[in-house]
Amino acid sequence: MTATAEPEVGKARLRKEDARLITGQTKWTDNLQLTGMLHMAVLRSPVAHARIRNIDCSRATALPGVAVVLTGEDFAAEQGSLPCAWPITADMKAPPAPSLAVDQVNFAGEAVALVIADSAYHAADALAAIDVDYDELPVVLDLEEALQDTDLVHPDLGTNKCATWIFDSAETGSGTNVEDEIASAEVVLERTFRQQRLIPSFMEPRSVVVDPSADMFTVWSATQIPHILRWMLAAVSGISEHKIRVIAPDVGGGFGGKLQVTPEEMLCLLVARRMGRPVKWTESRTESMLSAHHGRDQLQKITMSARRDGTVTGLKVELLADMGAYLRLVTPGVPILGAFMFNAIYKFAAYRFVCTNVFTNKVPTDAYRGAGRPEATFAIERMMDELAAELGMDPMKIREMNWIKHEEFPFSTVAGLTYDSGNYEAATARAMELFGYEELREEQERRRSSGDPVQLGIGISTYTEMCGLAPSRVLGALRYAAGGWETASIRMLPTGKVEVITGTSPHGQGHETVWSQIVADRLGVPFEDVEVLHGDTASSHKGMDSYGSRSLAVGGTALVHAADKVLAKARRLAAHMMECDEADVEFATGSFSVRGTGTVRTLGDVVLAAHVAHDLPEGMEPGMDADATFDPDNFSFPHGTHLCATEVDTETGMVRISRYVAVDDVGTVVNPLIVDGQVHGGLAQGIAQALYEEAVHDEMGTLTTATFESYLVPSAADLPAFLTDRTATPATSNPLGVKGVGEAGTIASTPAVVNAVLDAVRHMGVRDIEMPLSPERVWTALQGGQS
Amino acid sequence: MHISVNVDGVTYADEVEPRLLLVHYLRERLGKTGTVVGCDTGNCGSCTVHLDGHSVKSCSMFAVQANGHEITTIEGLARDGKLHPVQEAFRNNHALQCGFCTPGMIMQAIDLLADESDPDDETVRKGLEGNLCRCTGYQNIVRAVQDAAQRMKPGAGPKIEQHSDEHVTARQPVGGE
Repeated sequence: MTATAEPEVGKARLRKEDARLITGQTKWTDNLQLTGMLHMAVLRSPVAHARIRNIDCSRATALPGVAVVLTGEDFAAEQGSLPCAWPITADMKAPPAPSLAVDQVNFAGEAVALVIADSAYHAADALAAIDVDYDELPVVLDLEEALQDTDLVHPDLGTNKCATWIFDSAETGSGTNVEDEIASAEVVLERTFRQQRLIPSFMEPRSVVVDPSADMFTVWSATQIPHILRWMLAAVSGISEHKIRVIAPDVGGGFGGKLQVTPEEMLCLLVARRMGRPVKWTESRTESMLSAHHGRDQLQKITMSARRDGTVTGLKVELLADMGAYLRLVTPGVPILGAFMFNAIYKFAAYRFVCTNVFTNKVPTDAYRGAGRPEATFAIERMMDELAAELGMDPMKIREMNWIKHEEFPFSTVAGLTYDSGNYEAATARAMELFGYEELREEQERRRSSGDPVQLGIGISTYTEMCGLAPSRVLGALRYAAGGWETASIRMLPTGKVEVITGTSPHGQGHETVWSQIVADRLGVPFEDVEVLHGDTASSHKGMDSYGSRSLAVGGTALVHAADKVLAKARRLAAHMMECDEADVEFATGSFSVRGTGTVRTLGDVVLAAHVAHDLPEGMEPGMDADATFDPDNFSFPHGTHLCATEVDTETGMVRISRYVAVDDVGTVVNPLIVDGQVHGGLAQGIAQALYEEAVHDEMGTLTTATFESYLVPSAADLPAFLTDRTATPATSNPLGVKGVGEAGTIASTPAVVNAVLDAVRHMGVRDIEMPLSPERVWTALQGGQS
Repeated sequence: MHISVNVDGVTYADEVEPRLLLVHYLRERLGKTGTVVGCDTGNCGSCTVHLDGHSVKSCSMFAVQANGHEITTIEGLARDGKLHPVQEAFRNNHALQCGFCTPGMIMQAIDLLADESDPDDETVRKGLEGNLCRCTGYQNIVRAVQDAAQRMKPGAGPKIEQHSDEHVTARQPVGGE
């Protein structure tokens, strides 16, 4: 065994994952072909709200290759209701959520019938031969109209209101009364922002294979959450949990969109049980857009109180959040995740947050990259610019006046969280320097005074986010049904190689590489000698999976603790082997030595001795393995300063990002290549919300953006090059000092871009433009029309 | 219908339904699962392969249209155990995360480099417009393509996948093959 002297943490390691991904040797769920495998195709409702009068399957059943056609009635007794794990209030309304509609459909795209056939082509053929009679019902689409309860999505509930969730700093004692602050304020600003509906658009369509053979249901799924999925499949289907094995093989992106227990996973399981044969379902892109959960979709009414010197005194947030037609896994909790982030990096006296969750006849919403926090960050960062404009102040200066100073950490916020660390001054200074803020302001002034048709705008976003989800006791207090811990195991193999088993479930993040770096450092073994196993409940028996920028902060910490347990046992055995006192054993770069002597045993020697177990200390078990589970005490709080310059063509409404600088503080960086990559991808998605993407429904509730032709995921030609840098203020809530980076770019960038566009055209009388800021909307706003 | 197709250097003779898409023929009949399907409208480019050295979207072609032609997939790029320089460049520049779009992106990048041996940033971005990536924000993909361009013979022509590797000098931050 060779020792690694140079620390692995901080090294720009090329990824272990890439060898298979660049050569096409990848294992996607859809690659699986099992003997006797059947193919499932799903008939989806073309209407948004209707009673199902009749389903005639006779023509479809007779078609070549069709094994059976199944409807909701066939599963009525066994399908139960898909789980919602986050009942945010005791009186939350939750409609039953069948995997296959039984007598009513509540959104266009809802599953109505299944064809099971010998090939995917035959299954698709037969879909067209199923005849469904619908009695259409009035559709409920608009959030504010929905609250009138004139027409009901779920008549049995008696209302479209799902729940109302309130945080008030005067009630919790974390601040004063916001109404008092507003009443006595020198300046009060009221704005309404719309967070449009987005589609996560992971590149790998969802796919499920269930094999019922060998007295076990083996479920392969393109999921972010194999462990939660196993638990929920068992809970809903009644199949014993120990008879279900879930495998998430290579998974092609998720962004929260695969943080779900889906109807199709449930149905594949039930069909495999019924047929006694393996079943596969792989969605088309259009199916994905019509049925996989969407994200965002909120109306935000924001009231800010301030003094004329720019000091913010209070913030009142009134949200309407669109649940869609059903509550999926964490649907109602997504806006609540934002509740703690509207105050962002600022200190002010009073805060009140009221969110009303509303049912509509649309695809259910749920987590999408950032989940609640992008919405909050957008609102506060837009408001800071609005306040600056109102008072005629520089928008960066007004932020600086109000933000928490680096010497004030740890800081208890008005929303009741404790930020452990941060340095907003440092990140901002670096960003301003890279951006050339003053020069761009001068250029902006030149273009304004010359009446240049292409105006320049500068947008700022000084964000923070809560990551490392999450302390289990906090989740419990928020009525979330599960914990937020993470687990890791280390198995030392007799040849000295290392198997790491993690409860996290990567789908592009590079855990195999980063986890190897952490273990290589901790155990002093070569990076190449570490194998990371994940995403299979048979090898990794417990875990809380990957979302919420949690994997490194929580799962990485569990890994450190497991490594430390291995070392503790190895140290004891090394002392026994070297016939010395344990206190005299030193460990460095993979070897134990006795202080003051030349006696050395490598970790490999000790591991082998533990494995053969010929001579172990009294009471020591053979083998050298350790498990650790870590439950964080606190969230982690990445932050940063993003600066965006946009050129707005006032004659066409075209927006071009001419410069984008992101300086993020994600604490300690294990692999800078991967961190940069996460930021780049996050920026792309946040910019896409600002400029391009929107899920649009027509007045009948039909999704009119159900392909990549109409739902505008940006291409390389639509995005600028980014300039990224970092400051590093380590988190104090975990031993690695890491904070999480997966969502930062998405959270920060949307308001930076929108602020920049408005900054370019504000002097022309434009105060707001609804997202996405398409050329048409920008142009219309410039004509003085409704954006 | 009977077809004869050369895929990654091997000739296959098969009976196929006229409606069978090329991508499904590659994946399901030949087991070439390195080529994947990401959409059904030809927008995402995940299924990009080369037909006689030029990129095509294999979800938008029938298998019968490949009759008598040569197809190269991501699985046929490496020569004598050595990766294609574009594959190397994607790895060395961290130009992939989940990797689902990567095969198509690499195939399109090779086609682009056959036309433009030293593309600037904008040329790369426009040349890859028909291939969507949701993970990387494209920054490192653009960098990888430009890096590969520097390491490949200029103007290597449409059969660029059959170039020699002797000019390749991998720039590897840490690790590597």
